[in-house]
Amino acid sequence: MTIKTLAASAAAIALMTGPTLAEVDLSGKTVEWVIPFSETGGSAKWANFFAPLLSKELPGNPTVVVKFMPGAGSTKGANWFQEQEDGDGTLLFGTSGSTQFPYLLDDPRVRYEYADWVPVMASGTGGVAYLNPTDGAKFDGSANNLKDIDFIFGSQGATRLDIVPLLAWKMLGMNVEPVFGIKGRGDGRLMFERGEATIDYQTSSSYIGASADLVEQGKAVAMMTWGALDEDGNIVRDPTFPDIPTFKEVCEATEGCETSGEAWDSWKAFFIAGFPSQKIAFLPKGTSQEVTDTYVAAFEAVRSHPDFAKISKNEVGQYPMFVGAGAAKATKEATTVSDGAKAYVINWLKEAYGVTIN
Amino acid sequence: MELFATALPALADAWALILQPVVLGYLVLGVVMGLAVGVFPGLGGIAGLSLLLPFMFGMEPVYGLALMIGMVAVVPTSDTFSSVLMGIPGSSASQATVLDGFPLARKGQAARALSAAFTASLFGGLVGACFLTLFIVVARPLVLAFGLPEMLMISILGLSMVAVLAGRVALKGLAAAGLGMLIGTIGVADAGGSLRMASYDFPYLMDGFQLVIVGLGIFAVPEIVSLLRQDRSISKDASLGAGWMDGVRDWIDNKWLSVRCSLIGVLVGVIPGLGGSVVDWIAYGHAVQTTKDKSNFGKGEIRGVIGPESSNNAKEGGGLVPTLLFGIPGSGSMAIFIGAIALLGSGDIEVGPSMLRDNLDITYSIVWLLALANVVGTLLCIGISGGIARLTTIRFTYLAPFLFMLISFAAFQSGQNFEDILALFAIGLIGIFLRRFDWSRPAFLIGFVLSDPVEKFSNQAYQIASFRFRQSFEEGLSYIFSPIVIVLLVVTVVSVVMGLRQAKTIMAEGDVQSGSKRAPVVFLLVITAYVVTALINASLIPNFNMTDKIVPLVIGGVTLAALLVLLMQMILRNENDAIFSDKESAGEDADAPYGLWSTLAWFVGLIAATYVLGFILALFGFLVTFLRVRAQAPWPKTLILTACGIALMCVMAGSLNRDFPPGLLQDAVDLPWPLK
Repeated sequence: MTIKTLAASAAAIALMTGPTLAEVDLSGKTVEWVIPFSETGGSAKWANFFAPLLSKELPGNPTVVVKFMPGAGSTKGANWFQEQEDGDGTLLFGTSGSTQFPYLLDDPRVRYEYADWVPVMASGTGGVAYLNPTDGAKFDGSANNLKDIDFIFGSQGATRLDIVPLLAWKMLGMNVEPVFGIKGRGDGRLMFERGEATIDYQTSSSYIGASADLVEQGKAVAMMTWGALDEDGNIVRDPTFPDIPTFKEVCEATEGCETSGEAWDSWKAFFIAGFPSQKIAFLPKGTSQEVTDTYVAAFEAVRSHPDFAKISKNEVGQYPMFVGAGAAKATKEATTVSDGAKAYVINWLKEAYGVTIN
Repeated sequence: MELFATALPALADAWALILQPVVLGYLVLGVVMGLAVGVFPGLGGIAGLSLLLPFMFGMEPVYGLALMIGMVAVVPTSDTFSSVLMGIPGSSASQATVLDGFPLARKGQAARALSAAFTASLFGGLVGACFLTLFIVVARPLVLAFGLPEMLMISILGLSMVAVLAGRVALKGLAAAGLGMLIGTIGVADAGGSLRMASYDFPYLMDGFQLVIVGLGIFAVPEIVSLLRQDRSISKDASLGAGWMDGVRDWIDNKWLSVRCSLIGVLVGVIPGLGGSVVDWIAYGHAVQTTKDKSNFGKGEIRGVIGPESSNNAKEGGGLVPTLLFGIPGSGSMAIFIGAIALLGSGDIEVGPSMLRDNLDITYSIVWLLALANVVGTLLCIGISGGIARLTTIRFTYLAPFLFMLISFAAFQSGQNFEDILALFAIGLIGIFLRRFDWSRPAFLIGFVLSDPVEKFSNQAYQIASFRFRQSFEEGLSYIFSPIVIVLLVVTVVSVVMGLRQAKTIMAEGDVQSGSKRAPVVFLLVITAYVVTALINASLIPNFNMTDKIVPLVIGGVTLAALLVLLMQMILRNENDAIFSDKESAGEDADAPYGLWSTLAWFVGLIAATYVLGFILALFGFLVTFLRVRAQAPWPKTLILTACGIALMCVMAGSLNRDFPPGLLQDAVDLPWPLK
């Protein structure tokens, strides 16, 4: 290739990309994607999956590096991000349900405000609860026959994502005793496989990867999914598990479980914060519209890549990935709980597990 | 038989996959990168693997596996360098190696210790791979047999090694272990979320202390300070003495010890949830118990190097079982490994139960890539060990500033807080005094490492056991006293009894003279004050959170009792008793030309300057001042060494995408990397 043709093609490329994205050019820059967790968690996996794809789609193909800032259940990193005002598009932050929940529960460590940040992408997951085979035989689509059984559940902690299953089982009138202090849902599954725990749940990708096998071999019985949200915010069957009833259906079939009222509203609020909008990518407060648009366009391009559905099945499953306005809506849903729902959950945590937030 | 019908062809497929020149090329590349990361203390495989992640996306699976496994496999081999040569535990897997490896280096036998360690590592890795090849297809039920009571018993077995390492005064060892455990409970409790010796206003303590920091503080800081005070080279007569062939011969003489420790390594590695931190202590304890003449342990006994090193590489292989079969990572690096596998190729290799069924050939490739990486890594390490061992002949004053630099950087990497460096200093002070008064530092570290598992498993096992007892008495009993628990219980009792009998001959700190009464008594009182504070703090946790308070209360109570008995003995005994051991009364430390506090002040200076100027600027000032004033180096040498040190930091941090600790200056002004 001669210098002339090189220059010509460079000019052509510049012309093609020029008009829309000329304002923001990140070439030669390094974008830091900060994750408030350690290298080993699900959020790290999520950011590491998106980072190279994002790098390809951002103007100027900046290097996107994932940085880890673990501590204090992700509140340390989020508090740090709250202080950042570097709106030139070289800083991105990723949160998860574990960042949303302390915020919703007024944890004293929280010094961050979701409303200040600029969401550009959000993705979610689902969850499936399952029972041991003996008690699973008594499950008939309702929890009516499960009410006088004592269950044991390996839990990471009552203020974590486990609020959603624990509250659901409580609403069904089931007696589930959590064993706190396990380090990840994988440990919970192992406890179930060893027969020490008798009930368990997993997020969608881990369920498909490991627990579905147990169900197939008859070592576990699928009970319910948490469901998924439709356009209007209603809970419908999870598209990844269309054959498993949702908690809503099981609740309707179970005596004494209501799909309206305080308990239900609280459960739904925390479900939304923990599952359908679990992981959100933010730009810092005060980021300009151009930079925001650039990121939204880049994530849009990632999403519309023809292979995306295939390569992302382990990361986002069949759940919608929200971009731009969709991400903003998802963020709002994930970070807003009515005062009544909040008070209900805080009170329940205190009465049932002696957990006080401050 | 049916198993072997599927396993053998898969094994053949695996070898066909591995033995391609490109795959081997990637493996060697991974090993070289792993070596580069692994020789620096405190970074380990996690940093290296995160660096590789962006390249894994869509990569041919076996190439990516070769690259990553090359990197993971070599870390427990290469971290031996810092353990043996500098007395700095490179990672949690090589803490026990320090006990005898470093004294060997000080005797001028660094090359011998290194080559014995590497040969043992190599062998351990191979034994691990052979064992796994047979075992992996039948491992599932065995792994599932290890429930909470069994894991609790293994943690207690690990804790029982305190008996062997307690030192001359068993009560002091017990109290050191108790103190370690209490410090391990600092932070938010896992079970109920109560705060222990921490506050929401000081968020740093809420996550507790990181193992890297405690390991460096307890072992590295006291040794660096002590050597710097004596102003000599690590190797006593500045020579290398015995060569690397001696080390290989040592290994041949002790091959059965190596076999047994390798098997211990694989088996403990297989159990998910325990990780590597217990393995090397159990192996060290085993090495001590099976040696006739125990008088050399802690002073440079080669068996004390061969045992742990055989086990820590074998453990990596064992750790693959929970990782691949259950999708549950046995360690931090394995967690990233799982994440990375999902990125490889078209993303259809799914780690978990389906792995053996659908990807047995890949599974075997992983096992044998690990073995092969061990071979390549060991050969490379042996190749460079002669050169690196020369570090021990350099005047230590030239090494010390760079070691302060490395450990501060490593500590900062564990949490990226300025407080990490302060914590290193605080734990370092504890380490210095434990060493000075001959309180067992290994016992302290074992206590710290096992505090979390012991607390977690005992709480959880208790909860599940009481659940079972409610169903029926027999069910409860059979849950707690499974055959595995009974066997482990017997092993533990035997090892405690034997250990206590032997402990008096094993002097990890050498033969420490006793001096006056005052200093040892003051130290004892300070520890007692902390233990009492921790006890009061734990007793204030409300009773409905019994899970969070019971362990600190019991441990604190036992420790306090031991301390009070010690205090009584101190009052009653005369000042020549071993209970009053004090390194400052006679020996190397007492005769050192430089004092403790003036030496420590250099480290304080680096920390204080970092707080103001940020790490790199502070480091520049520190290196120049130290080399000019303390080492009395001429200007050209000072400037060249300073430039080398700063360049090393920048290259390392730059390539691993790491930041340096910022200071007040960086808060006020925006500076470019690496100054920011």
